[in-house]
Amino acid sequence: MSYVIIGNSVAAVGAIEAIRKVDKEIRITVISDEPYSVYSRPLISEYLAGQVKEDMMGYRDPSFYEKNGVTAMLGKRVTAIDPAKKSVKLDNGEEIAYAKLLIATGGTPFVPPMKGLELGRVMTFIKMDDAKHIEEMLPELKHVVVIGAGLIGLKAAESLHHRGVKVTVVELANRVMAAVLDTDAGAIVQGALEKAGVNIITEDTVEEILGDNMGLVNGVKLKSGEALDCDAVIVAIGVIPNAGFAKESGVEVNRGIIVDDHMRTNLPDIYAAGDVTEGPDYLNGGKRVMPIWPNAYIQGKIAGFNMAGVDREFEGGLAVNSIELFGVPVVTAGLSNTESDDLEVLSSVEGDTYRKIVLRGSMVVGAVMVGNIDRAGLITGLIRDRIDVSNMRDRLLANDFGYIDFPVELRKERLGVS
Amino acid sequence: MKRVYAKEEVCIGCRLCEVYCRTEHSKSKNIIKAHKKEFPRPMARVLVEELRPVSFALQCRHCDEPACVEACITGALTKDESGRVVHDEAKCVGCWTCVLVCPHGAPQRDLERRKIAKCDLCPDRETPACVEMCPNEALVYEER
Amino acid sequence: MKTYQLPEVIIERDKDKCINCGVCVRQCAFEAHKFDEEGEVYSEDEKCVACQRCVSLCPTNALYIRDNKPFVKDNANWTAETQKYIWKQAETGGVLLTGMGNPKPYPIYWDHILLNASQVTNPSIDPLREPMELRTYLGSKPDNVQIKMVNGEPVIETKIAPNLVMKTPILFSAMSFGAISHNATVALAMASKELGTYWNTGEGGLSKSLYQYGPNTIVQVASGRFGVHSEYLDAAAAIEIKIGQGAKPGIGGHLPGEKVGRRVSETRMIPVGSDALSPAPHHDIYSIEDLSQLIYSLKEATEYTKPISVKISAVHNVAAIASGIARAGADIIAIDGFRGGTGAAPTMIRDNVGIPIELAIAAVDTRLREEGIRNKASVIAAGGFRNSADVIKAIALGADAVYIGTAALVAMGCHVCQKCYTGKCNWGIATQDPHLEKRLNPEIAAQRLYNLVRGWSHEVSEMLGGMGINAIESLRGNRLHLRGIALSKEEMDVLGIQVAGSPMA
Repeated sequence: MSYVIIGNSVAAVGAIEAIRKVDKEIRITVISDEPYSVYSRPLISEYLAGQVKEDMMGYRDPSFYEKNGVTAMLGKRVTAIDPAKKSVKLDNGEEIAYAKLLIATGGTPFVPPMKGLELGRVMTFIKMDDAKHIEEMLPELKHVVVIGAGLIGLKAAESLHHRGVKVTVVELANRVMAAVLDTDAGAIVQGALEKAGVNIITEDTVEEILGDNMGLVNGVKLKSGEALDCDAVIVAIGVIPNAGFAKESGVEVNRGIIVDDHMRTNLPDIYAAGDVTEGPDYLNGGKRVMPIWPNAYIQGKIAGFNMAGVDREFEGGLAVNSIELFGVPVVTAGLSNTESDDLEVLSSVEGDTYRKIVLRGSMVVGAVMVGNIDRAGLITGLIRDRIDVSNMRDRLLANDFGYIDFPVELRKERLGVS
Repeated sequence: MKRVYAKEEVCIGCRLCEVYCRTEHSKSKNIIKAHKKEFPRPMARVLVEELRPVSFALQCRHCDEPACVEACITGALTKDESGRVVHDEAKCVGCWTCVLVCPHGAPQRDLERRKIAKCDLCPDRETPACVEMCPNEALVYEER
Repeated sequence: MKTYQLPEVIIERDKDKCINCGVCVRQCAFEAHKFDEEGEVYSEDEKCVACQRCVSLCPTNALYIRDNKPFVKDNANWTAETQKYIWKQAETGGVLLTGMGNPKPYPIYWDHILLNASQVTNPSIDPLREPMELRTYLGSKPDNVQIKMVNGEPVIETKIAPNLVMKTPILFSAMSFGAISHNATVALAMASKELGTYWNTGEGGLSKSLYQYGPNTIVQVASGRFGVHSEYLDAAAAIEIKIGQGAKPGIGGHLPGEKVGRRVSETRMIPVGSDALSPAPHHDIYSIEDLSQLIYSLKEATEYTKPISVKISAVHNVAAIASGIARAGADIIAIDGFRGGTGAAPTMIRDNVGIPIELAIAAVDTRLREEGIRNKASVIAAGGFRNSADVIKAIALGADAVYIGTAALVAMGCHVCQKCYTGKCNWGIATQDPHLEKRLNPEIAAQRLYNLVRGWSHEVSEMLGGMGINAIESLRGNRLHLRGIALSKEEMDVLGIQVAGSPMA
């Protein structure tokens, strides 16, 4: 009898730690197509930038598996799930039986069809091997084009810049980080990137990747007609749930694997957690793909508890992002970039700092801070706990907003001193 | 587990808690050297909020289900057996995700070291420095 | 107009030790310390009142307050202080105001009175091995006691007037809420309860939140009648009619409007921001008969269940006044000597009016005994008691108990800077500013008061035991246990004691 987890990143860890709180006996098997002990995906940018060494990339110690009684099958890929037999099939033909199954396979890069994708030095940037791959190429890279100015694209650009490579980022929207920032905030971030020497092209995209007679990238052609010389292309347009392999098994997949508030899929004893899911959305109800690191851990934790027989409910995913680019910190929480009649926006720009609060009625549902992000969590807490902020409205934009602005009783309750 | 609780009715806003926290988390543990001779300056992990006449000290609550631990991308923040939320400085890369998710705004950004600083309940002491040195007994260390 | 007054003190800051933490900046209500643009702290000497708050809290002991006596050519008459006072009045045209008790070097008679100890023929008693009775009853005692036997047990037939019972002969003197902070009154109330003694509300009224301490509270009815209503009288253990106060005999009280916030307004029953002026006389007491009428009105109002005290300043005819008060029906007479403290008083009056409590007590006790009415009222002595030796000497001179005021404040943190009237007490004692008041944590302050009185009480027990006495009652008025030293014959006559070396009569 064993619990099988497909995937070896943060959702898997959340599940393992939850299961072990409750059940120290049940066997747990983790199957991953990567050869590495669980590592912090986001750190691949720091790795590429030369700031973090490989032995410091671990999200947990390598002894994590042994300490938690987990059998780790690394470097093996699951090709199919058989819900009737309750087993999964691996790419080497092996079949692993499960009592309960957790699909935590995360995301896979979205690469739209375009000419030139098959050329050498066209890459994506979401896992360790991608970073190592790029690192090997560094001596040959003088100019790299990054498609997409989202978080991944900009982090890739920053890392390459730190290694002395010239970078141009091409973005379809009229601003960087368009999914989470508005034009004001986007302008500040873009300013920081350009000041450092990164080239940003907005409202354009790469139509075709050009290659030399060796089959290696030597340029790109943009939709606007402009052509750029470059030695490599990183496609960083987005990430989609890595659920393709599960479709045939009967697991319900929309954009991602559909899960309820207990992380259950439509099939008995099959759960899913993390970037692969389309799960409950805290602020808008309904279901959404929300590939955010803390959500993945929490979903994994909830899945683990439920698998182990403890009834826990997932409150719903809250989108939170924290990124620092060339010394400019940016954080977003909740509905950071939505315009709607029922939403009220408060914002303030002061030089290179920007602060935005989005209200729905008397509750905060979104926030963006650029430049000064100190104690941003206070606002996230207001969103998460659905606090009525009627008495605090005119202080929400203040840089020194704090518990002192809360009504006394509420503050004492939250601090545990009432 | 024991935690530090602030009694805002008797907090006098002197910020000596910050001074002694900084000293306790310095290399020299000497108050003068910690403040004048160590660079980068050690960081206090307790923060006094004030709007006269109200003031109180605030630090990590060592939550039962810490949002920071669940959000930390490097695994630098963990909860140990005693219940304390522990921060491994060596693993911290200054991504500020914990700053974004802590509902109390407890982790503070150390811009010089590019890491966060957070209350550790003074593991080398029987009573945390802030509690012991508060001149008006506005901080208590107890189980609730 | 340019001032000729120089800073009274110089603030010395050891730059090597100063870590610019800013505690001094934040803790000084007089704003004597500030941050400059570079984040370093500098000080302005002329603002310093030498309350030592910054010195106490500086974590590296980097501060020292040095006396700045200006150079004045040697002149016993025209001292630096005398000149300073003249300049001050030349610049303001006002009355010199000050706080706390008379600091002038008049003789302290306590330091000229010596106690006895037992040796050889009259063995001393070890207070750690034998019970030592410090219990004190304050109130009217009957002329004689009729007892009848009921079932073999003696039962007192005589009706005894209401008395206060205390575990120690020390109580907390009248300090009004308004002059001192609410937290200070809470501390006094809490300590009184723990100690089994009493505190006095002064003319500030009694906060509703302190009614729970009523059984340990003496409430005052002063000339302004602030806060006097039926619940106030009902809550108390005893009621004190305040005729005068040692620090300012002959004049009334003054609480500036700035110190009258919402809470003071509620408790004193006056509008917020209005000056609280207590007139010099009670305008319904112009004779001893009027006083008797008020005493009995209060007794009627409280159904004769509470002792009524009358507080007077020690002035030249204090003995005659005390006699009149005892005959007027008071159960307790409280006498406040010229070293008594105050929140605010004109300097000239504080420093020049009234007589020492030592002489006053002796005179009153002698007079009441001579008239055969000593039992009619208990006598409480007040005015500058500094330690347990002063207390025990007062009792030997004839007092039943001792009120401590300044000593209690010092126990709580007061450093006698004498700036109470500004309302900016950095120790949170003589202020109504909620930011400053927080600095007096009532629990810590109550503990300090408790410790002080407990310490003094133990010392009194030790000294009693040393004299071979095991009950404070036996020492009361027992002048034979005192001797004078370096006093004139007339002084010793008033005190009723003999010079050291004289035999026990």
